[in-house]
Amino acid sequence: MSQPASAYKDRQFLAVIGDEDSVTGLLLAGVGHVTQPPDSQKNFLVVDAKTETSAIEAAFDLFTTQRKDIAILLINQHIAERIRHRVDTYTAAFPSLLEIPSKDHPYDPDKDSVLKRVRRLFGE
Amino acid sequence: MSGSGAREAVFPTRQSLGLMKSKLKGAQTGHDLLKRKSEALTKRFREITRRIDEAKRKMGRVMSIAAFSLAEVTYAVGGDIGYQIQESAKSAKFRVRTKQENVSGVFLPQFESFTVEGSNDFGLTGLGKGGQQVQRCRETYARAVETLVELASLQTAFVILDEVIKVVNRRVNAIEHVIIPRTENTIKYINSELDELDREEFYRLKKVSGKKQRDQAAGEKEREVALAAAEGKENVDLPTRAAKDTADSEDLLGDKDNEDVIF
Repeated sequence: MSQPASAYKDRQFLAVIGDEDSVTGLLLAGVGHVTQPPDSQKNFLVVDAKTETSAIEAAFDLFTTQRKDIAILLINQHIAERIRHRVDTYTAAFPSLLEIPSKDHPYDPDKDSVLKRVRRLFGE
Repeated sequence: MSGSGAREAVFPTRQSLGLMKSKLKGAQTGHDLLKRKSEALTKRFREITRRIDEAKRKMGRVMSIAAFSLAEVTYAVGGDIGYQIQESAKSAKFRVRTKQENVSGVFLPQFESFTVEGSNDFGLTGLGKGGQQVQRCRETYARAVETLVELASLQTAFVILDEVIKVVNRRVNAIEHVIIPRTENTIKYINSELDELDREEFYRLKKVSGKKQRDQAAGEKEREVALAAAEGKENVDLPTRAAKDTADSEDLLGDKDNEDVIF
């Protein structure tokens, strides 16, 4: 159902979970934000081959459920692939979850959780 | 007839018949309205899904261009600038605000990007060399993020509409397949009960009047017989007998009077 305005009026940041290049580029565009010092939280997470899946899941949880100031969560598709079950079961409207392609992994529409839903609805 | 199908627990009275009739009318109006709402939403939904499909493809192109410009930067700067940029990010320049759009009573939020004026976190990036490439890369990525924001608002609308359409369809089906048949059943039940009561009442009245007629006829006959007997006896017999007979006939008349009053 549609939420009251309070559910999203404070949401004004974008969050990123991605590889180094994607994060760098998006930060250059000016989406990066670090909260005030006592518990300075970044709104981005750089994932490389050595990053644990649990760390990605923790960041995913942090951005989707704990922080209330994030409107859009961008996640690289190959990283979304690593926590696919979490991404597929995420159905909330806010923050909206967007899978983006990365430099090394071109965009594959068949893996996108939303496009999958679109396909299913139209019976393709 | 009335026993088939579920019905509401009401007493079969004229008042509840009126109530049920107005309820049925309300349910039909509501069903029509909801059906129309669901159709309007579905139309919107299809449009959005088509646009999502397009936007996703566009995003793929835009992101690959952006990644290429970042590669240019890496080449021009001659080293990795990732670490430097991650460290110098402090406050978001690029933010989104949400506004609402009303589609047949459903509020769809739309993201709108805006940039906060202020100091640039990356003022020193590419100071040595490659400043121009960094600048260009920044612009490319800003455009890419705008595309992403647009896509995100489409996607949010998609998620919300999907849910709302499900709820509306569930209501439409509930009214169509549960509430309307049940109310119709109740009306049928009340009607049949009222008819039954009518028939019962009619039969009872018929019975009563039949009994009255029979009683009257019997009384008439008895009186005639008594009169005839009295006349016969008067012709032959003693005055004392005659007096007793008149008393009898008076009694009989009295009874008849009573019956007439009752009737």
